[in-house]
Amino acid sequence: MDLLDFARGPALQWSLVIMVFGLAWRLTGILLLKKKPDFSEPRYKDTFHGRMLMIMRRMWPKEEFVRNSLLDLVLGYVFHIGLFVVVFFFLPHILFIKDLTGLSWPNLPNGVIFFVGAITVAALFALLMQRIMTPVKRLLSNFDDYFSWFVTTAPLITGLLAAAHVGARYETLLAIHLLTVALLFVWLPFGKLFHTVMVFVSRGATGGAFERKGAAI
Amino acid sequence: MSAADVNVAHPLETEGRIHRLKKPAVRADVQGNMPDKERVDIAMKHFVKDFGRLSAIYMESCIHCGMCAQACHFYAATEDPRLTPIWKLEPFKQAYKREAGPFALFYKIFGLKRAVTADELKEWQELLYDTCTMCGRCTMACPMSIDIAALVAQARHAMFHAGLVPHELHAVAERAEKEGSPLGATPKVFKDRVEWLADDNDIEIPMDKPKAKVICSLSSIEIMKYPESIVATAKIMKHLGLDWTLRSDGYEATNFGLLSGNAAWQKDMSMKLINAAIACGAELLILPECGHAYGALRWQGANIYGKELPFKVRHISEFLGENIKNGKLKLKPMNKSVTFHDPCQVTRRGGVVQEPRDALKGLGVDLIEMSSEPGMNWCCGGGGGVVTIHRADATRYKSFQIKMKQVEDTGAEMLVSSCSNCRLTFDDSQAHFHWDKKLHSLLELVAENLIEE
Repeated sequence: MDLLDFARGPALQWSLVIMVFGLAWRLTGILLLKKKPDFSEPRYKDTFHGRMLMIMRRMWPKEEFVRNSLLDLVLGYVFHIGLFVVVFFFLPHILFIKDLTGLSWPNLPNGVIFFVGAITVAALFALLMQRIMTPVKRLLSNFDDYFSWFVTTAPLITGLLAAAHVGARYETLLAIHLLTVALLFVWLPFGKLFHTVMVFVSRGATGGAFERKGAAI
Repeated sequence: MSAADVNVAHPLETEGRIHRLKKPAVRADVQGNMPDKERVDIAMKHFVKDFGRLSAIYMESCIHCGMCAQACHFYAATEDPRLTPIWKLEPFKQAYKREAGPFALFYKIFGLKRAVTADELKEWQELLYDTCTMCGRCTMACPMSIDIAALVAQARHAMFHAGLVPHELHAVAERAEKEGSPLGATPKVFKDRVEWLADDNDIEIPMDKPKAKVICSLSSIEIMKYPESIVATAKIMKHLGLDWTLRSDGYEATNFGLLSGNAAWQKDMSMKLINAAIACGAELLILPECGHAYGALRWQGANIYGKELPFKVRHISEFLGENIKNGKLKLKPMNKSVTFHDPCQVTRRGGVVQEPRDALKGLGVDLIEMSSEPGMNWCCGGGGGVVTIHRADATRYKSFQIKMKQVEDTGAEMLVSSCSNCRLTFDDSQAHFHWDKKLHSLLELVAENLIEE
């Protein structure tokens, strides 16, 4: 078995297994904890609206916070949307997903994907700089922040290199790309990338609790 | 410590701008004698005690974006990164991951999170008490909607049991537990004051009626510093012709058990009010112009009681708004422009938004809002027990300048609010900065402008 076979085969398969198991373990560990009963007289009984509202509203900051968050917002949205486009609209990715799930959809031209990928990488580097240079972010940051940045950025860079056939044999570049993807899958449940799940759980939980009180959402 | 001893050990300052504990000659910010390891163990045990699903969700959700910093008046005033709201929980986040989270085993075995030290907890005392009012503005900025204020309250439980509460806050909490009031408004003082107020203002203020439909509670800040609010309450109750009473066995609505972090004392304090309301068969308990008192009883009271309360709980501003809107209270128009300072625990975190505005509408004022929405109002900086802590004064004044600017920017003629702790903070800061704006009580304005029929 050469490196590409290993990356395509056991590495990806096991990383997906670890990801699914890790996500399930962490989420179950949280959600199985007891929810404390609330006997207070609710202002509003139906909290579904509050849950949905909070999930939607936190997509964009309150008027008072926009100015100070502008850089975070622009860079954050660019890299999240960029990542989404590259992951889900690059033909080889769609074929890979089709292989796995049977689902497929139209792809975007390679030129567009490369352009978006490059911008996404640039946004990620800008975010890293911002994390290092902003006193608040620097103080809050730990290994998780930098490693999560690395495992997010690495597949993008290796993917761009593989697609452009730059730096090594295509098979080697592709293998490295797949291994970095496997690393991303493995790390996803354990560090801050878990926010991909928690963003809905946390916003929803607060939205529900606050709606019950009529508190600000 | 007996009630008499507590008065000697923790003397009060009743002549200065703020009614609070006298500035201690020697600070005692660490309580009890225990080895450092025991202190840390106790802190962590109490932090994870009753650790429910919601707290775990929050502990697992932070993405270290730091967006909460800008929402905190203490950070905004100082730009000290340590005052970033979520950083105030850092030792507890570490301890949670190491001791209680889903991957705790891995963190511990591989030493991925080191154990928190007693020195760290001592350092964090300032962050959890002096520079956090639990105003919850940070929750409004957090893209993950982490309720940081709720976690700070939980961390304060841990700090209290580990004997790491700032001197003044511990002392006033002890006074409240032993004497029934943090500011010396003992049942006897309270009854004497009410009797004097009734005579002086020629108004009936019912005390200790065995049965009444409505029971009113007060903040000791009102009893000791703003007694006119008691008269205002009596005027309004009389105007409405309600069967109401004050009770000397349950009158103090402030809850320094909650603010200091002692859950047992919090329960004692809440149960006094609950038992008094039950004893007189009240259908409605009215909370005074006090922010945290609202959260303590309206949202936490039933959970402390263990079941639904057999009476309704309303903030006085809710009660006023409802009775103005339904036409039972008719008011003379003031014809002034007014801005309203929303007390954080009543509005942002408590949900009382429209009622005080209905009351202001009844007063015929031109309301100029301070922020894009009531939930975004800046905190006065004195809540959460911060105003009691002498060493916190400098930072509190600094942060108050943000509030001053927010008020000034409205250009309103009058400033009104519905929290006596905010009022105390505003009065003190107004004198400190020689500011020409005075904060008026909504309750007193309503009482002054009643149309007698």
